[in-house]
Amino acid sequence: MFENDTIIETRHLNIYYGDFKAVTDVELKIPAKRITAIIGPSGCGKSTLLRAFNRMNELIPGSHIDGEIIFEGKNLYDRDVDPVEVRYRIGMVFQRPNPFPKSIYENVAWAARIHGYKGSLDELVESTLKKAALWDEVKDILKQSALSLSGGQQQRLCVARALAIQPEVILMDEPASALDPIATLKIEELMQSLKENYTIVIVTHNMQQAARASDYTAMMMLTDGTRSGTVIEFDETNKIFTRPRDKRTEDYVTGRFG
Amino acid sequence: MRATFEAELNFLKDELLLLGNLVEQQIIDSVDAFKKRDANASRAVIEKDLKVNTKRFAIEEQVLITIATQQPMAHDLRLLASILEIAGELERIGDYAKGIGTINIRMGEQELIVPLIKIPVMAEKCARMLREAINAFVNEDLDRAKLIPLEDDEVDKLYNEVYHTLLKLVVKDENSIERISWILWVAHNLERVADRVTNICERTIFTVTGELKEIRSSDQ
Repeated sequence: MFENDTIIETRHLNIYYGDFKAVTDVELKIPAKRITAIIGPSGCGKSTLLRAFNRMNELIPGSHIDGEIIFEGKNLYDRDVDPVEVRYRIGMVFQRPNPFPKSIYENVAWAARIHGYKGSLDELVESTLKKAALWDEVKDILKQSALSLSGGQQQRLCVARALAIQPEVILMDEPASALDPIATLKIEELMQSLKENYTIVIVTHNMQQAARASDYTAMMMLTDGTRSGTVIEFDETNKIFTRPRDKRTEDYVTGRFG
Repeated sequence: MRATFEAELNFLKDELLLLGNLVEQQIIDSVDAFKKRDANASRAVIEKDLKVNTKRFAIEEQVLITIATQQPMAHDLRLLASILEIAGELERIGDYAKGIGTINIRMGEQELIVPLIKIPVMAEKCARMLREAINAFVNEDLDRAKLIPLEDDEVDKLYNEVYHTLLKLVVKDENSIERISWILWVAHNLERVADRVTNICERTIFTVTGELKEIRSSDQ
């Protein structure tokens, strides 16, 4: 459909919490080194779909999937795949900044150390904080607690922490919803600079954010007569917000849904 | 849902209709004054053009406010972009009427050298096309928006008729060039009105379908 390479592809993906089917039959190709936004009304399965991309749903008892999620040619849910390894390569940033109650330095160095990083940790911390557009603000206070930072800085530190283990994909679940407009714009600018090297998938309730910050947009909605969500339209963000094909997408992006 | 926003959109459509009516009347009045060689009536047209410009700016400002405060998307965004564009087209059409008024005043006491040939017919046709184009836009009538530009061909035909008739007169009497060119300019202005009506129809098609394309290329 698009000229870009696909990095993650879902095939007939259904996601369940016990007997409840939360997401139905998603067929989606996430383009590599692009920003893909997932939008849709509350409770339509956006975060569930996002968490399936790095097997985070498994931490919830009873959750399972059928279908496949192909990442670089391999099904992430094959028996021989280690979910911890998946989460190294497909990192995640959450809605509320959740740095470890340790120093700024340790927040970045810790996961890399666990992961067996052999190079200079000082260099890694510096280069990673630079990538996360945080270095200039924290270079003189690296030993201070991460919790002393502002919310926006904490969130960029969480991005740095995800980057430190050198993932290929970064999943972001409403990364700016707890931030003020300035901190939000900083996160969005950061996403633009990161997409040169990383693939970003972001769930957002903020349609302006999806319109501003993403290259592609997947529109999710409950399927008729059920409480199960699916992707009803996937296209370039420019098209989704100026001339969507699906009437339901039109109604949602123009604020006439419901 | 979005009652405030809907009210703003409806208000803007009403304002565009009013501006359309105003400009339509300006075309009729300007040609009527020319036909009667009534300089005062032409001055009234020129004066009224200020009202056209003011209204166009007011619409433009309201569109920008609505975009800034309501963050329109998809169809709503196309509609607002089109209103902005059409308000501009209407203002230009108003300028053509004003131009006809200026011609009439510049002619001073000179009499019309020839009858106006098909010019009043052109004016009526242009005014009607304009009214229908604005109605088609406000009602998002795609079929009408596609049909109205076909009438532009008829206006072009009328213009050519006027042009060739006047050209023959020039050949007969070189001294009449100036007086003939006044009439030719009036016809030319009307021909341009029809082109701009076509632009308005393009915006209706864009608003409904999201497709931006030129209906025909006579608008140079």
